[in-house]
Amino acid sequence: MRELAAIAVFALAVAAVPAFVTSGYALNVVIMTLYAALLGQAWNILGGFGGQFSFGHAVFFGTGAYAMAVLQVKFGWNAWAALPAALALGGAMGALIGALSFRYGLRGSYFALVTLAFAEVFRILANTFDFTGAGVGLMVPLAATAARMQFASPAGYLYLILGFVVAGFVVSWWLKHSRYGAWLQAVRDNEESAAALGVDVFGVKLRAIVISGVLMAAGGAFYVQYLHYIDPHIAYGLGASVEALLAPIVGGMGTVWGPLLGAALLHALGETTRNLMGDAPGINLAAYGVVLVLMVSFMPRGVMGLFQARGAARGSTHA
Amino acid sequence: MLEASGLTKTFGGLTAVENASLRVPPGAIVGLIGPNGAGKTTLFAMLSGFLKPDAGRVVFRGRDVTGLPPHEICRLGMARTFQIVQPFGAQTVRENVAVGAHLRHRGRAEALARAERVARQVGLGDELDKLAMNLTIAGRKRLELARALATGPALLLLDEVLAGLNPQEITEVIPVIRAIAAGQDGAAGVTVLMIEHVMQAVMNLAERVYVLANGRIIADGAPADITSNRAVIEAYLGQGTAERLRRAQGAVRI
Amino acid sequence: MLEPSILLASALNGLTTGAVYALIALGLTLIYGVLHIINFAHGAALMVALYGVYYLHQRLGLDPYVSLPIMVPAMFAAGYALQRLVIGRASHGKEENVLLVTLGIAIVLENLALFLFKSDTQTIDTPYTFSTMNILGATISVPKVVAFAGALVVAGLLLLLVGRTDLGRAIRAIAKERQGARLVGIDVDHVFAMSFGIGLACLGAAACFLLPAYYVNPQVGNGFVLIAFTIVVLGGMGSFLGALLGGLIIGLVESIGGLWLGESLGQIGIFLIFIAVLLFRPQGLFGARA
Ligand SMILES: Nc1ncnc2c1ncn2[C@@H]1O[C@H](COP(=O)(O)OP(=O)(O)OP(=O)(O)O)[C@@H](O)[C@H]1O
Ligand SMILES: [Mg+2]
Repeated sequence: MRELAAIAVFALAVAAVPAFVTSGYALNVVIMTLYAALLGQAWNILGGFGGQFSFGHAVFFGTGAYAMAVLQVKFGWNAWAALPAALALGGAMGALIGALSFRYGLRGSYFALVTLAFAEVFRILANTFDFTGAGVGLMVPLAATAARMQFASPAGYLYLILGFVVAGFVVSWWLKHSRYGAWLQAVRDNEESAAALGVDVFGVKLRAIVISGVLMAAGGAFYVQYLHYIDPHIAYGLGASVEALLAPIVGGMGTVWGPLLGAALLHALGETTRNLMGDAPGINLAAYGVVLVLMVSFMPRGVMGLFQARGAARGSTHA
Repeated sequence: MLEASGLTKTFGGLTAVENASLRVPPGAIVGLIGPNGAGKTTLFAMLSGFLKPDAGRVVFRGRDVTGLPPHEICRLGMARTFQIVQPFGAQTVRENVAVGAHLRHRGRAEALARAERVARQVGLGDELDKLAMNLTIAGRKRLELARALATGPALLLLDEVLAGLNPQEITEVIPVIRAIAAGQDGAAGVTVLMIEHVMQAVMNLAERVYVLANGRIIADGAPADITSNRAVIEAYLGQGTAERLRRAQGAVRI
Repeated sequence: MLEPSILLASALNGLTTGAVYALIALGLTLIYGVLHIINFAHGAALMVALYGVYYLHQRLGLDPYVSLPIMVPAMFAAGYALQRLVIGRASHGKEENVLLVTLGIAIVLENLALFLFKSDTQTIDTPYTFSTMNILGATISVPKVVAFAGALVVAGLLLLLVGRTDLGRAIRAIAKERQGARLVGIDVDHVFAMSFGIGLACLGAAACFLLPAYYVNPQVGNGFVLIAFTIVVLGGMGSFLGALLGGLIIGLVESIGGLWLGESLGQIGIFLIFIAVLLFRPQGLFGARA
């Protein structure tokens, strides 16, 4: 319960930010950090708690984003009606990919590559059909009114993304404190043992990828509302997939606070390199790549690992 | 409780288990012995759903469970341990055992409480908050036992839970198994089928023993009858078994 | 119906591209077979090699084919060092970790290239870039024919290396039985690094054959990564012959599929093959059932 209280305090603190900060730039930094945390939370459910590393989480992101854009632009739906549909489609995509991969026992690197291939397939499809605006992408018309999930001030977007992130927090907290979460982490640590203890390994993994897909689709939906634009590369390219896995790996996989912590640190790093090197293209991402290599090599438990008392016990025997 | 008939499993050209049948009556402790590579673990895997038998049937509590997936068999009340221990290394002892406890307890608090009771029952009371990867071999064996027990089984399949333990540890664990079988703290007794190389333990615990060699059940009966016939054992279990028996008996006095 | 001559030209085109794919995939499958790791940075390494060939041509005026004896050892050395200093230290016994580390390396390489060379697409001009020849009535570009022949020669050399030399014996021993190889005194870490080096050396050769009829930009490797993975799983992870055949098949599928579906949808065929093989036949088309 203490953690739930901490989550509530965090939510209230962030909600209060617009009362004190008016700079659009600063608010944008907060919004983009929360957005990165949301993608990280989504990946963390499947990768961190479930041990199934996806390299293609863009497939859920892109599905949420395109659902949101297509339903509004081509079908004239209201954004608030499109959102549940976008989330449901993200979950359905998770069910499809999960059912195929887990039924046929794909694990480890193979699972990672299959998710990546699915994302590529959808990228090419989105690039081909007029329905999705093909290579040009889709533009969501501006209409800065909350009735259409668009906001005149950044504060509105901040509350929107904060809502998603809090949902991500609650799901993560639930995984730490529920039977389902215990089963999911058991499957991550040893599938055979889990099965021997009565855990339906396939069902548990399937649920995880569906939940993860829904949350990732929320990220895609937010992107479309915030930036009013989506194209195949943004939606289904490797970028979104990498962004999703980076934050939990930096912050700490399988932890409640890891994705947010990782997102914040990565943003700080991004700002620092920008200040040092100027806005040269590539440098920012190159720094992220270096961080990824270093974290996996030297701090596989992420920054959260530093805070956990268990770290010492673990390090001593894990030669 | 458990009735297996005609179980057969081949890996490529190798027949690991051939036409094996056995019966475990309710409330009993039954032993399964045999030399290395005899097919004991393979037989367990077929009983518990980890391997589909090429032929034969497994009937558990009056129900044909042949070919059911492992988690369903476990839900029906058959739990197994692994010879090569497979803890959830990054989790504590309490969390490990709670995974088993969750089978019959939805609530997290209930499952953790039950995990604690079961862990104490097998002698892990002092290591509840240790990470499983930091346990000794003996500790990990107890953990295997505790996790399986926490699922609330009617039948426990124990695959060499005593292997790798020193004589002192063995003498500690034997009464634990006996207590599990007898039932304690108001819990009903659990039927046990155990694979064991430590003959003294088998002699001590089991009321009936099956002998598996080269994939076939070659003898069964009361432990005394099986072990008293040294010539038979030498013939069926191969050179050196008698010697091993003698050593084991010398080492363990209960 | 399509003209037979168009079909033939397309098939020949596919085969020549396929041979280069095969060369790239050979490096990948060697690394997989020996180290049991999937090198996600394979495409990025190819991109680096292509830039190498490009700048040797622009700055020193070296013909791409003349660059072969420079690029092959250079890529080998880079691969050796990368495995020894970075990748080999990162796994902590989990293969996914290696995939993540090689992903990190790919990101670094790609973005450093973006920083250093900008995102422009570069090509080189050689006297033979646009020359064509006639095979069975179909017109085909000379550099592609050279690439086809070159790729097959390099593949043959690789097979000889693995089949006939002491290093090859050590590689095969390790691919089969890692622990045993360590016990009989093979320096496993050295052989790992050698294999990784050879895997990237293949890319050095591929880059020399590719550039005269191709282009380079920082993202150029991405297109090859999944194709190379597809070839490797199609041919059976770790199988040289499988990679060779798989490369030719994928080249054909892409080129002939593209005739009907257009280039971008033709690519979907490749990814669908990839997904289907991983799901339904993970041992590869030619592998025995596990
Ligand atoms: N998955 C498998 N694939 C191929 N062969 C196997 C497999 N599992 C077991 N075997 C073989 O089947 C035979 C029986 O093995 P099993 O593990 O059942 O023996 P065991 O009686 O449990 O031996 P031990 O006393 O050493 O535990 C052995 O020859 C073993 O090598
Ligand atoms: Mg065994």
